[in-house]
Amino acid sequence: MKISPDQYLIFDWGWGRLNATIVFSWLIMSVLVGGAWLICRKLTDGAKMTPWQNLLEVIVGGIAGHIEDITHRSPYPFLPFVGTLFLFILFSNVLAVVPYFMPPTGSISTTTAFALLVFVAVPSFGLSTRSLRNYLKDYMKPTPLMLPFNILGELTRTFALAVRLYGNIMSSTVIGLVLLIVMPLFFPVIMQALGLLTGVIQAYIFALLAMVYIASALQKDDDPKSTS
Amino acid sequence: MNSIALIGMMSTLAAGLCIGIGAVGSAIGEGMAAAAALRSIAQQPDQTSTITRTLFVSMAMIESTAIYAFVVSMILIFANPFWEYAIKAGG
Repeated sequence: MKISPDQYLIFDWGWGRLNATIVFSWLIMSVLVGGAWLICRKLTDGAKMTPWQNLLEVIVGGIAGHIEDITHRSPYPFLPFVGTLFLFILFSNVLAVVPYFMPPTGSISTTTAFALLVFVAVPSFGLSTRSLRNYLKDYMKPTPLMLPFNILGELTRTFALAVRLYGNIMSSTVIGLVLLIVMPLFFPVIMQALGLLTGVIQAYIFALLAMVYIASALQKDDDPKSTS
Repeated sequence: MNSIALIGMMSTLAAGLCIGIGAVGSAIGEGMAAAAALRSIAQQPDQTSTITRTLFVSMAMIESTAIYAFVVSMILIFANPFWEYAIKAGG
């Protein structure tokens, strides 16, 4: 039994080899980019707008509002990164109910790539607001004794980010397959619907955790005394 | 009993034990987190959005141990390295 979309070869010709993960990742990317391009061709700033522009404004505004709630600062530096992660994972997870579509997030290589992106983005966003010395001092808090634990925590949370998304999406695929063997009539449909819910929640959680990690690396502009 | 049958039997048993015992702790933890969040929403309905967001994050954190157990049991069943080693050595 193949549990990873990495193992499905869609195109195999000489040295060129494409597995399902790559193909469906590019499919989602082209749908997102192409859709955004189509909608953004005729943007208006008036009250009369196309329904698609309204949809995009709702999505972008909602994500920006959420980010602002978490960071308490302007969301626009983080919006492209976190919003892209959220939309890609959301599309990939929701399209998992489409027959013959294998979600690329069900492959550990995709989720590892996302987690590594977050791992790199956290210090780079942090260093854009504060000095290196100030940033590295965070690892010595509350005491220098905690230094190895802080570094270990940085690594394990990246690992957890990757395995959490992979495990959730892969589990809904595997449960669907196993239930098809055990009771094929009606029950797999319910589990697919549950997988839809899990997929949306996991996309939200991934983006939220990425944002929380980035926010924790940013400059703390309020000292602990003033927060009540 | 040859070694392949033994490895298969023990892997299946270990996978069942892994997910069975591993799910207990995270289930209790999630239940406690949800109960506490519901209680605080009942006390402070204005803070519902903040509490829900924090609840989601902590649920994801708590759940990850169960996910690790699940991934390990999946590896034991579908991608068992010892099993493939025994097949290669035997055949």
